[in-house]
Amino acid sequence: MSVLAIPVDRWRRPALGLLGVVLAAAVVEALPRLGLVDERFLPPFSRMVTGLTEQLALAEFWTALGQTLGGWALGLAIAMIAGVLAGVVIGSVPLLRAITSSTIEFLRPIPSVALIPLVVLIYGSRLPSALILIVYAAFWQVLVQVLYGVADVDPVVRDTARSYRFSRWGVIRSVVWPTTLPYVVTGFRLAAAVALILEITAELIIGVPGLGRSIGVAQSSGAVTETYALVLFVGIIGVAVNGFARAVEKRTLRWHTSVRRDLA
Amino acid sequence: MTVILDVNGLAKTYTGHGRSVEAVRDLTFQIRKGELVCIVGPSGAGKTTLLRCISGLLDTSGGRISLDGTAVTGPPAGMAVVFQEYGRSLFPWLTVRQNIELPLKEKGLGRSERAAKIDAALEAVGLRDSADAHPWQLSGGMQQRVAIARAVAYEPSVLLMDEPFAAVDAQTRADLEDLVRRLWHQLGVTVLFVTHDIDESVYLGQRVLVLSNRPTVILEDVPVDLPDERDQLGTRSSAAFTEIRTHVYELVQKAKQGHRPGGR
Ligand SMILES: Nc1ncnc2c1ncn2[C@@H]1O[C@H](COP(=O)(O)OP(=O)(O)OP(=O)(O)O)[C@@H](O)[C@H]1O
Ligand SMILES: [Mg+2]
Repeated sequence: MSVLAIPVDRWRRPALGLLGVVLAAAVVEALPRLGLVDERFLPPFSRMVTGLTEQLALAEFWTALGQTLGGWALGLAIAMIAGVLAGVVIGSVPLLRAITSSTIEFLRPIPSVALIPLVVLIYGSRLPSALILIVYAAFWQVLVQVLYGVADVDPVVRDTARSYRFSRWGVIRSVVWPTTLPYVVTGFRLAAAVALILEITAELIIGVPGLGRSIGVAQSSGAVTETYALVLFVGIIGVAVNGFARAVEKRTLRWHTSVRRDLA
Repeated sequence: MTVILDVNGLAKTYTGHGRSVEAVRDLTFQIRKGELVCIVGPSGAGKTTLLRCISGLLDTSGGRISLDGTAVTGPPAGMAVVFQEYGRSLFPWLTVRQNIELPLKEKGLGRSERAAKIDAALEAVGLRDSADAHPWQLSGGMQQRVAIARAVAYEPSVLLMDEPFAAVDAQTRADLEDLVRRLWHQLGVTVLFVTHDIDESVYLGQRVLVLSNRPTVILEDVPVDLPDERDQLGTRSSAAFTEIRTHVYELVQKAKQGHRPGGR
């Protein structure tokens, strides 16, 4: 039974997932068609798809997509660099760690959207507004992971490096960084998702150029199908971003999991 | 011969977490250049503590340690340590070759010089075929040889080894013991070898320092008057060997029962 069960199990999850998507699409198709929901509020699924294909033919759509992905990538990159640098420095200096820990615990739970009034005041509906929201939200994800990673350096490995008189930079480069890398990648995955949410939020609420603003414009001009089509597409971006981040994570974690398995 | 390592009145009390443990009370001994000295003592006697103090990884609470006439305040140049937890002291993300290479890089050696030393060290410990494996792909005995190869390639003037063969089988252990003797002969390095195996200490050493139980002092400094050429069968079955090992055995038994010289 187990010989047969392996392939079945392997395909079961994605197959069931796909079935769920198909069912959801069918429900969305059926509800307006059966007159259970007003078409003006929820067009049938097939019309959303048609609306989306129409969008794909428009230059404005691609511009907006580029702006969304550009803002997302830039904000994510800044948050990654800042989070890694701050994490390695704070994590490597026990005094700094002690001083900052309560501050981090205070600042971290502040939702980034609470900063919207502030950034609107300073930057209006320009890109920096979105960047600040993204960086604020994503930075903590990265920082906390990197702090875990730096703390995970094996004391025996640390002593080994010290006894061979590694320089401070040598310890960071050859000992701290390799240990922390898997945590950095996890931080990257979490931050990538958060950054996308904040990018769309900034576009939708503040009007920073991008797909979120297109959704807002479509909605306020009563283009219901277009609105749904764009929302659908943003959902697809979210899935793609998550898939990409997981692929990166899996690649980087390869030696780590094999080590864990062999030591266990 | 000149004294290379001078330990004078060493004391170490661990404090912290609301309790203090007096691990080492008063240790005084000297090691001459090129000697191979073994240290035996009951478990928890403070052998690891002593080695960590000598290697500059641990601050002392009293007394003085000097290497080549210079007081030890941090990890000194020209010293290599093989840790008790050898598996954890190897860098798991690096191959065997890279593990040996890293301290040489930090020492500032050029590429070709490094390659030559790595090859020689791998050859000496019989691991040429495993150069590109990762440590976690090797057996415990092989990992231990990697740690030894790394120390040997570093060309220290003093080599500290902390119960390096505690976790390997009897046959591997015998091979590694002969390896240590051979490398010591070849390199003219001073070796301080900690073990709790009495036979091993007599087989390997020119002298055996027997420690009391905690708080530690030296119970006796036993000279090992055996021929320089030693072999596992002949040496271990000789009458002289038996006599010395019986003496050391009795000392360790006394140590366990709490006997202390001069009632200190
Ligand atoms: N970091 C520490 N904090 C507090 N006490 C410690 C610490 N490290 C060791 N000790 C105590 O110091 C004493 C000596 O420990 P040490 O590890 O030096 O013994 P050892 O002779 O190496 O033992 P073994 O043969 O089991 O390795 C022990 O009683 C131990 O509990
Ligand atoms: Mg020990």
